[in-house]
Amino acid sequence: MAEEVKAHITGVVFQITAKAGDSVAAGDPVIVLESMKMEIPVEASRAGVVREIVVAEGQTVQEGDTVAVLD
Amino acid sequence: MWPPSRRPAPTDPLLSSVLVANRGEIARRIIRACRALGIRSVAIYSEADRDWPFVTDADEAVAIGPPPARESYLNIDRILDAARQARVEAIHPGYGFLSENWRFAKACQDAGFRFVGPPWRVIQQMGDKVHARQLMAAAGVPVVPGSDGAVDTIDQARDVASRIGYPIMLKAAAGGGGIGMVQVAAESALDAAFAAAQRRARAAFGSDALFVERFLEAPRHVEVQVLGDGHGRLVHLHERECSIQRRHQKLIEESPAPNLPADLKSRLTTSAVAGAKAVGYENAGTVEFIVIGSDFYFLEMNTRLQVEHPVTEEVTGRDIVQAQIAIASGDALHWQQDDIRQGGWSIECRVYAEDPAKRFLPSPGRLARLVLPTGLGIRLECGVAEGVEVSVHYDPLLAKLVASGSTRDEAIARMAGALDASVFDGVKTVIPFERRVIESAAFRAGRVHTQMVEEGAFNG
Repeated sequence: MAEEVKAHITGVVFQITAKAGDSVAAGDPVIVLESMKMEIPVEASRAGVVREIVVAEGQTVQEGDTVAVLD
Repeated sequence: MWPPSRRPAPTDPLLSSVLVANRGEIARRIIRACRALGIRSVAIYSEADRDWPFVTDADEAVAIGPPPARESYLNIDRILDAARQARVEAIHPGYGFLSENWRFAKACQDAGFRFVGPPWRVIQQMGDKVHARQLMAAAGVPVVPGSDGAVDTIDQARDVASRIGYPIMLKAAAGGGGIGMVQVAAESALDAAFAAAQRRARAAFGSDALFVERFLEAPRHVEVQVLGDGHGRLVHLHERECSIQRRHQKLIEESPAPNLPADLKSRLTTSAVAGAKAVGYENAGTVEFIVIGSDFYFLEMNTRLQVEHPVTEEVTGRDIVQAQIAIASGDALHWQQDDIRQGGWSIECRVYAEDPAKRFLPSPGRLARLVLPTGLGIRLECGVAEGVEVSVHYDPLLAKLVASGSTRDEAIARMAGALDASVFDGVKTVIPFERRVIESAAFRAGRVHTQMVEEGAFNG
């Protein structure tokens, strides 16, 4: 069952901390957003394997945008 | 409208033109000071700020690049190009961005512009937190128990920690603003914390040098505004209390500091002046202290205009930004220490685009509706206008509400009304949180410390 990881705030992708194939636990950061001089991790909502990171460093994402897909 | 300031009579003509290397409310504040002095002001702006009010406030404006700060407000070459293009005499850095970057101050000077701030060597000295601490200690200013200099190894850190006692703080030697600090509760946590602090320091400041300090429980943050003219005169403009903070950054400030005994206040201002004189300080600066009981310790010196300078202006009737420009023009400061009195009470609430219900997460967006408070004792330093986009690229400070009165209670009552009357629709702001703070029994009694917000003291 695939699950989309969505950004909870608007920001610029500062860092990608997981890659396709990585196993993540609930609460692990998948990417880090930079917004208003703060670095904010976007975390996996459940444990799983990263199928795809759908954003690139430097890209602006809006609140609610999908940033990664977990299997 | 604050009381008219008594600007020093110029001995030389003032500067004719100033480029403001900043944005938002502080750019507007500096432009206003220029206008009052008859000085031509030049704004610089990134593509994201095209529609912001500071751009049209200025006499001229120069576009300097795309939204990311490193390509605009942090880009020294582009700022100097704009200064040459606009043929200005001086550059005012405001706060944040390049204001405490000694390389920028030196580059301004090398390119033939006056820098509205202290000499670059002083910025460099105070920017190195270890060196600053040593200089202040040598000047007789109390410093927090800790390492004399940077510690290079975990073993050195462990030695210092066992001498001064846990809990301790690991701080980036090149840091400031609370960035890169790691608290260590006990020796068992030191190894992991030391590695984390080094990593953060390297990432944020390009240097992993750390120093160790004792962590102080429930301290107050009290700071002293100083002003030096480079002709041998250095005065203080009394103190500010700035203990209401989140993420080690201030939310609410006031002057005077409540419940500050006269002898403690006198020792603070005397230390601030002694420390600033010892480093040959010029222009406006702030010496920050932490206060515990009747003890106080040097925290750091901010070698720039401070966000919260308006509360000091309100209680002293002195225009600090105009004084900065006069000093940068080469004027001698004719202010006598004994004439600088602190009258009444003034409180500032910073309006940040952050959601207090979500642990102060940033809240960018378009400002759909803006209503600003007014009334007796209310002063606004507002960077935004209705319809502007509050972008992800910059600090979330939108505006500062300043309420003053003859007593603290009067200032608090006016602030409550100002917070209630403010509307910043389209983004979340910290206003509802600040409303709870100023209503709280602890704040009303002036019993505040820097860890209260994070301890959840105001979560109603």
